[in-house]
This record gives sequence, C-alpha cells and structure tokens, in this order.
Amino acid sequence: MKRREFLKTGAMVVVGTAVAASGLVNAASAAEPIRKLTTLKPAEAETLLKVSRQIFPHKNVGDEPYWKVVAALDASAQSDPATAKMFAEGVAQLDSSKTAKFADLSSAQQVEVLKSIEGTPFFQKVRSVELQSLYSDPEVFKALGYQGSSYQMGGYIHHGFNDLDWLPDPPEGASPKPA
Amino acid sequence: MAQHALTDDSTIVVIGSGAGGGTLANELCQKGFKVVLLEAGKRQSPATFRNEEWFAFNQLAWLDKRTTSGNWRVAKDFPNLPAWICKTVGGTTVHWAGASLRLQEHEFKARTTYSAIDGANLLDWPLTLAELEPYYDKAERKMGVTRTNDIPGLPGNNNFKVMYNGATRVGYKTVHTGRMAINSRPREGRSACWQLGFCFQGCKSGAKWSTLYTEVPAAEATGKLDLRPESMVMQIKHDASGKATEVLYADKNGKHQAQKARVVCVAANSIETPRLLLNSSSSTFTHGLANSSGQVGKNYMRHTTGSVFGIFKKPVHFYRGTVMAGIIQDESVLDTKRGFTGGFELETISLGLPFTAAFLDPGAWGADYASMLEQYPNMAAMWIVGEDMPQETNAVTLHPTEKDSFGLPIPNVHYDDHANDLAMRSYAFKKGAAVYNAVGATRTVEVPPYPSTHNLGTCRQSEKAADGVCNKFGQTHDVKNLFISDGSQFT
Repeated sequence: MKRREFLKTGAMVVVGTAVAASGLVNAASAAEPIRKLTTLKPAEAETLLKVSRQIFPHKNVGDEPYWKVVAALDASAQSDPATAKMFAEGVAQLDSSKTAKFADLSSAQQVEVLKSIEGTPFFQKVRSVELQSLYSDPEVFKALGYQGSSYQMGGYIHHGFNDLDWLPDPPEGASPKPA
Repeated sequence: MAQHALTDDSTIVVIGSGAGGGTLANELCQKGFKVVLLEAGKRQSPATFRNEEWFAFNQLAWLDKRTTSGNWRVAKDFPNLPAWICKTVGGTTVHWAGASLRLQEHEFKARTTYSAIDGANLLDWPLTLAELEPYYDKAERKMGVTRTNDIPGLPGNNNFKVMYNGATRVGYKTVHTGRMAINSRPREGRSACWQLGFCFQGCKSGAKWSTLYTEVPAAEATGKLDLRPESMVMQIKHDASGKATEVLYADKNGKHQAQKARVVCVAANSIETPRLLLNSSSSTFTHGLANSSGQVGKNYMRHTTGSVFGIFKKPVHFYRGTVMAGIIQDESVLDTKRGFTGGFELETISLGLPFTAAFLDPGAWGADYASMLEQYPNMAAMWIVGEDMPQETNAVTLHPTEKDSFGLPIPNVHYDDHANDLAMRSYAFKKGAAVYNAVGATRTVEVPPYPSTHNLGTCRQSEKAADGVCNKFGQTHDVKNLFISDGSQFT
C-alpha cells in the first residue's frame, strides 16, 4: 500500500523524513523561509504561519519553529499535488471567512474561524504536520523544558534521573540505590 | 548463519521474531533443529536506534494499513493505527518497556472464577499456573528480570518518587520499581540501565531484554538458524491430509518464495497471526486454516488501559529514566466490590515532548492545550493496565475490499469496550488521580488509551476443539504440525 494514503487519514500522521530535513531551515525573518518555498505561494505561507501560531500557541517560542512548520507544509505540498490544492483552497477559505483576510483578523477572530473548520481535512493535515514538526524542534524542547536525547551524555543515570527533592526518597526496598 | 534450502522439508518455520517467535526459534536451535525464521521487518541494532520519538516510530512500528471499527476511542483517534507494535527483527520486544508480570492462578480459571458475564466469552485456560511456573522461572532467568533470581530492583526515577509517595499516602502497600527485564547491573554481556528514558524507541544501552540482541544471536551462534528479514508471509499451504507443508512469502525484493516445512509456528502478534490463518483458507479449510471452531480472530483483547497525568507545582522531569519505573500492585487482586471483575496494575509511564503532545489529548489544539503542554517538566504519569473481557464480537477480520501491496486483504480490528472494561477504567482513573492529588497535583488529566501494544486472544487455547484454536501447547486443534506461538493463544 502507499504509506502516505494511510497517514493522511489518522490523527497520528506520519510525515517521515520531510520534517527532519526541513528542520534545517534557518530563518531570522520571513524573507529567508519565503524565498525557500517550493510550492506554497508567499501569501499562503504567511497565512499558514499565523494558523500554526494559533493551533499550538506558545508565547515563549519565536517565529522560527513555526516557519519550520510552514516549510514542512511546503514539503508536503511539493510531494503531493492534492495536498497543495487542499492548502491553497484552505487558505482561500480562511481569507474569505470574514470581511478581512485571516492574517489581519484579531487573535480571537482567528481562533473563531479555525474552530469553524477544525473538522476539515485541511485543518487536520495542518495540525498533524505541525504537531510533529513543532514538538520535535530543539528550540521548542528548550522553551518547554524537555531535554530530549540522552544517549550522547550516557543517559540520565548521572544527570538527574532521581534528583527530585520536594518529596522524600522511597525506602531502598521499594527503590534500591543505583549499582 | 545457516542457509536452509527452500525445498528442505525438515525445517521448522517460525513466523515472527519477537517475544514468542524469537524465543522459540532459539530454543529449537539449541536443541539442534533447523529453523527458518521469517521476519517481515528489517534488522536494526542499538547502534541504529535513535533517542527521537517520531524517528523511532517510523523506523520500528508496524505501519501497514489497518482499519478499525467499534466504540473504542482508538478507532476515533487512530483509525488506521489500532496497534502500536513493531515490524523489525525482535518484534515488539524492541519497543516494550520490560514489565515482566506473571498471571495469577485465578486468571487461568476465568470462567470458573468470574462465572458467566453478559457479553463476555469467558473460558478457563487448559493450562494451570502450576504447569507454567517452571517456564516462568526459566524465562525470568533468561531475561534477567529484576526482583527474581537475586537480581536487585532498578533504582526509581523522579516519576516513581511521585508515584511512591502518592500511593503510600492513599494507603497502597505494594509499590516498588517492579519486576523488569532491564538489567539493574551488568549481566550476560549486556550493560546495566543508563536511565536513557527511551525504552519505547529501542534501548540503545542494550540493558532491556529484546530478542533482537539476546535470543536471535544466540540462535545464530548454533549454526541452525536461517533468519530472513524483510520477508512478509502471505499464506500457509497444506497437503491433502491437512498437514501444513510450506509457507509462501514475499522476500525483500518482493519476489514470492515458498519454504517447505515439517512444522510451522506462527508468532506474528495477535492481529497478523489470525490474519495469516484467515488468508490461508483453502478448499479444505474454507473459513481459514485451523478455524473449524470459528474462533480464529475472535475474542480480541487489548487490556483495559488509559493514563493519568498529574501536573505539579515543582519539576518532575518524568522523561528521565526508565519509562515503566514503578508499579502499584494493590489493585491487581480479585475484588468485585469495586464494581467490576478482574484487576489492574498501575505503572509509571513517560513520554517525550513529541509524543506527549500527540497523545495527551489526541486532536486537541489551541491556547488551553498549549498551556498544558507548557507544564511538561512538572508532569508525572501512570498507565493503567487491566484485564479486559474477551468478547466474541471483538475480532480481527479480513477487510471486504481493501488489499495490501501483496494483494491480500488488510485486517480490520473491531473492539467495543465491555461494561466491565469501562467500570474498571473509570475506577482506575479516579484511583490514579487520588495518588497524584495526595502529593499536591494542581491538575490531573485522564488520557485515553494509546494504540494497543498488548494484543491478545485471537487464536485462543481451549480444552475442547469447539471452543478455541489451539491446545495448551499452542498446537492447533485442526492442523497437528501448526502452532500458535505468541500472545494470540491467551484464553
């Protein structure tokens, strides 16, 4: 079977290596990521950036990880014309939901518009691509307090696996000391 | 490694290299039998594993399309991913967390102990705990299970500290770091646990037992094992007398091959094992191989599961260290006063940020969800794992229209929660929340079941041929040289 077909449908969508590869986008501003787009139009990318900031809004995370989400969406559009069409139509729908374009709406209005389309394949696709890209991003790891891979430092055995100090240590019978 | 000829009908063909098949292949090789071990997935190693959740998922998980039906929430959240199991040499022993529990005596006599329960297709096992105990002993010794064979327990991590303190404050008595097939000290060429925190992603330290780097290489060392990765079995053929004779599979180039066999052992996990039997129907076995009882694929069980996350004022960093770092066993007893029959365990669980975001509330988005994820360092979590009721209508069946790339019908997994399952989950959610509230949780979250990693029962053992698929040795009632060699045989 074609893997992508299955992956499109579930809530757990597997993007594969496209996300990892797109993680290399290094953008200080919008100019650089927009220049690197292969399929999405600049205006679509700008709107999808706003959309992705509303789907998983983290105030302490800058635009760069969200631009990587847009790059992942772009990669997904590039690899599948049907997805590209869905994104173009989805953005057009967002822009026509209110009197102003989506990007020019207030935050509350943006959320309201997204709520109205949350059951659509377009929204589900954007959300699932974003879920995998954003929460696999080292900058987001840092912002949300996740240390990630530990193999390179020999695991957490000497790096705080049992350093919690606001509760008493369990007795040795329940939790023996490390060897 | 041995190379056995496709035409060699003295070989034993084992299908699947996980906990069942990998172990069986080694035991047979040690006794001098020639074994062909067919594995659908590729061979990885601790060197190729990565401490990255999505990468590992794509590297190890069984992603071939499956469909779902029934009222279980997995069908809504993960409609094409009913199970989180592996397609790789070592099978799901690469992914499992290492918790090594024994069944209790009364659980072998489910029908007698629980008596008749509406909608449940309960049956006593043809096997007793006493008969199985010597094999449990042997398995624990081979796997190096902590708290057995004088092997010390693992040290508890922060997630366990929270569980332990909460559990003892609400009155639980049996709370410890569990019986785990993870080395607490170096043993048999494998290191002690590094507390990596990536048990589910393939253990890079090799401290966690997996057939990938224990049973499979031990079997290879005998010169009797012919392991063929990337070999997807399509059908088991039989002769006019009804004996299994050969196994058809697609090799890594997609080329169809036929391996002759004297005995065939199916250990492809509880979805693919019945699927293979159903796909092996013939003019003699019109409803599928070894299916005169009609029970192939039926009585699918997946354990009653769910997780409770606790959010605290201070950091926990629950992702550091073993995923199942500890257990509360007080609720595993039989006590129908709780409003359900059967029991459950509570085990710590941790997910990295990528999978916490994916699983904490599947489908959720927006400011509330994002702010909950911002509490990530302050989370602790536990997993509910309890006995679910076998129901004849919970079943793996062949999809009427959809086929895989080999032209074979894909499996559909149907599951409706039984009233007993719902009562148990609801009770366990409350108990888990009480544990965390006892140590100051600011919020607790009831997390719905993940895709199933514990898949059971679809080719069950039975005393009588009419009630199940195989006898207490896993030998099918209908085909004497065909064995069920995985958790599908659980009654």
